[in-house]
Amino acid sequence: MKRLGVLCMVLAMVCGFAGMALASDTVRVGVFLPLTGQNAFGGQLELEGVQMAHKEMGEVLGKKVELFVVDNKSDKVESANAVKRLIEKEKVQAIIGTYGSSLAMAGGEVSEKAGIPQVGTSCTNPLVTQGKKYIFRVCFIDPFQGAGAATYAFRDLGLKKAALLIDVANDYSVGLASFFNKSFTKLGGEIVSTLNYQSGDQDFTAQLQEIMSKQPDVLFIPSYFAEGAIIMKQAQELGATFQIMGGDAMDNPEITAIGGSAVEGFIHTTFPYDPSMPDMNPVAQKFTAEWTKINPDKDPNVNAALGYDAYMIIMDAITRAGSAEPQAIRDALAATKDFVGVTGMTTINETHDAEKPVGLVKIIDGKKTYVGAITPEL
Amino acid sequence: MTLATFIQHFLNSLTLGSLYALIAIGYTMVYGILRLINFAHSEIFMLGAYFVFWGITLFHLPWAAAMVVSIISVAGIGILVDRVAYRPLRDAPRISALISAIGVSFFLQNVAIVFFQAIPRQVYRPQWLEQPMLWGDVRVLPLTLFVPLLSFCLMMVLVYIVYHTKAGLGMRAISKDIETSYLMGVPVNKVIALTFGIGSALAAASGIMWALRYPQLQPIMGAIPGFKAFIAAVVGGIGSIQGAVIGGLLLGFIEIMTVAFFPDLAGYRDAFAFILLICVLLIKPTGIMGVKTEDKV
Repeated sequence: MKRLGVLCMVLAMVCGFAGMALASDTVRVGVFLPLTGQNAFGGQLELEGVQMAHKEMGEVLGKKVELFVVDNKSDKVESANAVKRLIEKEKVQAIIGTYGSSLAMAGGEVSEKAGIPQVGTSCTNPLVTQGKKYIFRVCFIDPFQGAGAATYAFRDLGLKKAALLIDVANDYSVGLASFFNKSFTKLGGEIVSTLNYQSGDQDFTAQLQEIMSKQPDVLFIPSYFAEGAIIMKQAQELGATFQIMGGDAMDNPEITAIGGSAVEGFIHTTFPYDPSMPDMNPVAQKFTAEWTKINPDKDPNVNAALGYDAYMIIMDAITRAGSAEPQAIRDALAATKDFVGVTGMTTINETHDAEKPVGLVKIIDGKKTYVGAITPEL
Repeated sequence: MTLATFIQHFLNSLTLGSLYALIAIGYTMVYGILRLINFAHSEIFMLGAYFVFWGITLFHLPWAAAMVVSIISVAGIGILVDRVAYRPLRDAPRISALISAIGVSFFLQNVAIVFFQAIPRQVYRPQWLEQPMLWGDVRVLPLTLFVPLLSFCLMMVLVYIVYHTKAGLGMRAISKDIETSYLMGVPVNKVIALTFGIGSALAAASGIMWALRYPQLQPIMGAIPGFKAFIAAVVGGIGSIQGAVIGGLLLGFIEIMTVAFFPDLAGYRDAFAFILLICVLLIKPTGIMGVKTEDKV
């Protein structure tokens, strides 16, 4: 019995050494994204962006970079499990993810506890990084974006009365709506109607009817893409004439394919990248060219760009740190300044958010058109 | 609330309610005969909608033809599901068949994710369904009328089959007593297969109409409507076709009218709707039409 114990110990030690040797050979980067379910749309694109960046820069500090991809299924519980698996089973040194603030928060708890740095792609709710030492993101946050949308609607378009249609079961939607509300009223506008729905609802006719009776100038829908397209379709069918605006979650190349004529004139805020952008920085130009080469029949989009940036910012941190230890990556990430990404110049601020202007996209003649960037009045 | 707004809400409720009713009939038919809750019903519903999409985009069928092809092939899948997953368990305890049904449901959903991808797809709608008509201040899409109308026709056909044909007689016999039906020479397995075929055809039809009304296809699109329609069937009195229709319409009206009259409750309308439905069940535990002695098909 004793001998068996010794044998086990020896075996464990050998395995341990083997594991360590393996770990120092390569840099292990985990990716957790919604590849199925409600947010699959954005998750798939971000994964493609990450993979493109990985192909371009497959080595750092002379070591090969290995990617480990786990699907979080657009589900909060699955999200935490996905991160747990990446850390405990795959022994990753840094994590990329995810699309969706609720998912990022659920996963973030796990990486924070384990002390593994995590870089969010398009999770824009402030709570994602709040009070966290190891959680970062390459996107701006919702107060900023909400203020951007409100400023543009009120100041640039001269719309004075707004209505809100909010998904109460979604942190992103509730947060963004309240920031829009705050900025819009502060600017002097009036919110004439605030109505709710729940993720998964498909019938919005009753809410839209009620909103139409209040005659707003603009309807702000901080929803995800799939629901947003149905809302706009039903608004069109009911004969609504107000302007409709949304947030970055509505940014998708398929928007016109799915929404058809119902999305014409729709405006949404986004990160400052779009293939229709007139003046791109060299990184964005290179990204666009590379993407078009790989996917000739699909436009690049901002989610792919953020996936790309998230990977590159981690590589940048590892290079500057001269080490791929999680703690070293974390410290280097926190010190990121003027990193040039596809989505513009990125500086990580003290709350671990990326500071960049708010871009605006409008659907004109069935095409996504970048109409400019705005620095919101907070 | 103006009269025009009310009529608009009424029409919206009618459309939603008749969609629920149509799905609910499928649940109720199978339950009435086999005492089996066919959880795969909501996936059959999803397949119906997807088949039309593929028929149009891959085989360039005209819309109406794609619809017919979809309904027929989905009916075939329904019969196949019965043959593979339920018939071998006919004499097993009821709970085994139920678990098998849940398994089929997950299986079909995941197959759809693999083959159709999780990305939502656009639905083709014929032009004539989209041109709005104006009745004074009320704006009506032909679609809003088409859905309840077609649902009503399908229900009539079903009632005819069940009460006025030999196969229907077989169904009613099996629902009363399956053992005796065997002894009396009813081709039980054939009749049950037919029931699954009809139930699945109805699911396909409702899936197609659901997709016309809420134009987006997703592999999980059947889950929530299916779940709600099942509840509608129970509230109406599971096993009764009239009950399923009443339950479905009731749920549709409660959902829309809750938002219409109490806009603040909009985000919690499901909770509100289901509280009302629980109240119905507390008063009539067998459901609105669920009388013990009634014919259950």
